[in-house]
Amino acid sequence: MPEFLLELFSEEIPARMQPAAAKDLERLVVGALSDQMLLFESIKSFSGPRRLTLVIGGLPAQQKDVEEERKGPRVNAPENAIEGFLRSAGVTLDQCVKENDGKGEFYVARIKREGRATADVLAAILPETLGKLPWPKSMRWPGSPVRWVRPLHAIVATLDGEVVPFSFAGVDSGQTTYGHRFLSKGPIEVRRYEDYAKKLHDAHVIVDAAERKEIIRNAVVNGAFALGLEPVPDEGLLDEVTGLAEWPVVLFGKIDDAFMDLPPEILRTTMRTHQKYFALRKPGETGLANRFALVSNMVASDGGKEIVSGNERVLRPRLSDAKFFWDQDKKRRLESRVVDLKKSVFHAHAGTMHDRAGRIALIAMLIADILGNDVVKAGRAGLLAKADLTSSLVGEFPELQGIMGSYYADHDGEDDEVVDAIRDHYRPLGPSDRAPSSQTSIAVALADKIDSLVALWRAGEKPTGSKDPFALRRAGLGVIRVVLENNLRLPLWIVLEADEAVTSDRKHSWSTRFADALESPVLLKGIASDLQARIRESPLEFDTEDIDEILDFLAERLKVVLRDKGVRHDLIDAVFYLRRDSDLVRVVACVEGLQAFLKTDDGANLLAGYRRAVNILKIEEKKDGHAFDGEPDPKLLQAPEEIALFKEMAEARELIAAELQRERFTEAMTVMARLRGPVDAFFDKVTVNAPEPELRKNRLLLLSRLRATLHLVADFSKIEG
Amino acid sequence: MHKARTFQDLILTLQNYWAKQGCVILQPYDVEMGAGTFHPATTLRSLGPRDWRAAYVQPSRRPSDGRYGENPNRLQHYYQFQVILKPAPKDVLDLYLGSVREIGLDPAIHDIRFVEDDWESPTLGAWGLGWEVWCDGMEITQFTYFQQVGGFDCDPVSAEITYGLERLAMYVQDVEFVYDLAYNDRFRYGEVFHQSEREFSTYNFEKSDSEMLFRHFADAEKECGALVAAKLALPAYDQCIKASHCFNLLDARGVISVTERAAYIGRVRALAKACCETWLESPMGAYEPRYG
Repeated sequence: MPEFLLELFSEEIPARMQPAAAKDLERLVVGALSDQMLLFESIKSFSGPRRLTLVIGGLPAQQKDVEEERKGPRVNAPENAIEGFLRSAGVTLDQCVKENDGKGEFYVARIKREGRATADVLAAILPETLGKLPWPKSMRWPGSPVRWVRPLHAIVATLDGEVVPFSFAGVDSGQTTYGHRFLSKGPIEVRRYEDYAKKLHDAHVIVDAAERKEIIRNAVVNGAFALGLEPVPDEGLLDEVTGLAEWPVVLFGKIDDAFMDLPPEILRTTMRTHQKYFALRKPGETGLANRFALVSNMVASDGGKEIVSGNERVLRPRLSDAKFFWDQDKKRRLESRVVDLKKSVFHAHAGTMHDRAGRIALIAMLIADILGNDVVKAGRAGLLAKADLTSSLVGEFPELQGIMGSYYADHDGEDDEVVDAIRDHYRPLGPSDRAPSSQTSIAVALADKIDSLVALWRAGEKPTGSKDPFALRRAGLGVIRVVLENNLRLPLWIVLEADEAVTSDRKHSWSTRFADALESPVLLKGIASDLQARIRESPLEFDTEDIDEILDFLAERLKVVLRDKGVRHDLIDAVFYLRRDSDLVRVVACVEGLQAFLKTDDGANLLAGYRRAVNILKIEEKKDGHAFDGEPDPKLLQAPEEIALFKEMAEARELIAAELQRERFTEAMTVMARLRGPVDAFFDKVTVNAPEPELRKNRLLLLSRLRATLHLVADFSKIEG
Repeated sequence: MHKARTFQDLILTLQNYWAKQGCVILQPYDVEMGAGTFHPATTLRSLGPRDWRAAYVQPSRRPSDGRYGENPNRLQHYYQFQVILKPAPKDVLDLYLGSVREIGLDPAIHDIRFVEDDWESPTLGAWGLGWEVWCDGMEITQFTYFQQVGGFDCDPVSAEITYGLERLAMYVQDVEFVYDLAYNDRFRYGEVFHQSEREFSTYNFEKSDSEMLFRHFADAEKECGALVAAKLALPAYDQCIKASHCFNLLDARGVISVTERAAYIGRVRALAKACCETWLESPMGAYEPRYG
């Protein structure tokens, strides 16, 4: 059975895009083939710096013949409607039959399609299919009507060894490709994958990225082993360099001894970011060895001597820059840099980084206080957390923020907890990174993110649609993860309002006090505890629209986090919006309890009963033009079912409130479950809209009590499904 | 293979090579700018329908990069060799590799790679896709297919090739300290530029008069607007470059905060955009020829 070979040969494709492009190509072609009823036996796709390759095995030589029926207009339809149908179906009237669907006669076209040759189908579908390939960034270039990642130069397209002729991006398909940019000469003619792969191998191109990756991995590991070393694992870098060489050759270079006393992070970051070298170390050690592995794309005629010495030469000024910065930076205590933060503006409407450092210190202390942790350490770490931003090394390698600060703090003899918190307060850095877990780090990590949220929200930078220039969504997610992963019992509203109080002009006394206290940890600590007391005492004084919005925003983020764990988003609405509970651990516990409860029979039935009650209330409230809310009169209760419901509810309300108080959500749900029987019985036997007005009113009040009782736990009206 | 032994050999070699490819050999533009791309021969000429090929050396002023002449490879004033080919020829990468051979880097013993590096100039409202070209791990060239300038589509697309001359020369000459470069057979680079690096670093970081620069920025911005209104694309664009340079000086002086930064860049971009728009309505830039 025929094999289809497709190669798209272009100028260098960014390494990070190659694997996805091959997968997308495969997906798109498979989709197009199945639309054309062409089945196949096998498919493989490959990617590399200059080419995407697709091999499809076991295609039929042509499509099967098909007969298709197409329903047309009624026989008495206007003539032009019938003509239009015939034209679009490509048939004449005598190729149609009349059928009756019970409502009248209509035409049915019987279209017989002969299967086309697979080569013709491919030639027809490929240009459009290739045009759909979703490059993350694509470009125009002269001569091409379509966009592609970089200019396309040649297309190999053969079926069973014969060219499938089509044109895409201004290039005609054929059977000519090219080998390695420097290790091959002239065009290469290919017919099938087998000779394609072999000829390209001879022309120093390994088509399969997986093969190149293993070649590199083995060469790095083996070469390092021969030096008594091992590579620092770096799968991301491995993937990247796999996309940078068609013929990978691993070589080893030496790091100048003058740089070996630099912290390993600096060495590694410099080598990785700038040069894409693998760092090596002695097995079992954390420091680095004075060797690196580089992956070239060349079999050099001098054995790689020039390449190695060139790379070593390039690394030297890179490291000497880094070393210069490192030495300079260490000459000053980190503490002394805090005041330098005055020069850098955090945001035009949110003060300087110095203000921010003060707020982070203040909020970190507040958090430590609430959580019963060391307040002084939290404040110290908070104040120092951003100081390394003024260091030259972080100016050079922004990705070392926090890490450098911790080195400088350690150098200055700061407390270990403080050192760790400076390093870890940006975490979690991504989905695969853990949230910090030590006490001081937690306080500073939260303070950092909360201050971003509050200050930037106030400054009008709230995220909208796809716009989130200050990554507030990530900050919100960070808050949630730090809280949940550490099971922190933290009323976030207090923290948010405290931060708001010192950034806001409206609470002038607090912001003035804060501004005066900025330099003094003792004064800051005083404000932290005064603020906390004051907020707890009269929350309304501090509550603002911004804080409400931020809490809503966090609830939305929480939905995203919990969705991945299979938690229903409507339940978060039901629980969160009821009390706007900012203790996320409690919200999650309640939501989980609720979700489990709704899965039970009792839960589902109680929800149905609740809905029935609410519906009746809604209709009657509309009728009467006022809400029913209040205690039913026990004396007016007549039917045994309403008496039972009244009693059960009164009891349940107290029990539920008590269980909620103790945060025993499962138990609270169990109490709720006991209402199911009485509710069902009530609706079975009792007529709510009794003819006697006072009875009707009393029963409606009874239903409103049911609503209120369930709302002790969650707003059941928010529950979907 | 001939090797460009000295700094000026390098310039002459590149100049000759690209002259042979039909490029107009221009001289440096006489307004301070941060990169060769700012030269109107690139920025403005990359817009509009007309063919264009030019090559020139352009001093690049990066006030913040000054190191008082103490850093082995950082300079606040250095040279770029800039090539612009419009439309980008199909064999442009081969043409480029020809220039690499010409200056004495033999691809048979070096590792030459095209590593993704998309170019974006927020100040010019410009972007393109391309690579930094690596030779043995060293970036020797920036290669870009221009897609937009001043927010306008480049049609046809140009290829822009930028060689960082000092860096390239250091590599070719095997020199670790930029001031040790042989400028020609008689003079070292340091003899030509060391004092100027020291003095300008002092000026950029310590002595520049911020108030005056803020004023100059505002003046240039105003003048640019007036010239745009008068449909004088090229003089207007000069003012845009001047404003951009004032901003760079202020930035080096550390008097522009992170957020103000974005606002200033936005203001320069607005100027660049207006100039490009004016250029696209001018005789040499318009899609419908006005004369010639």
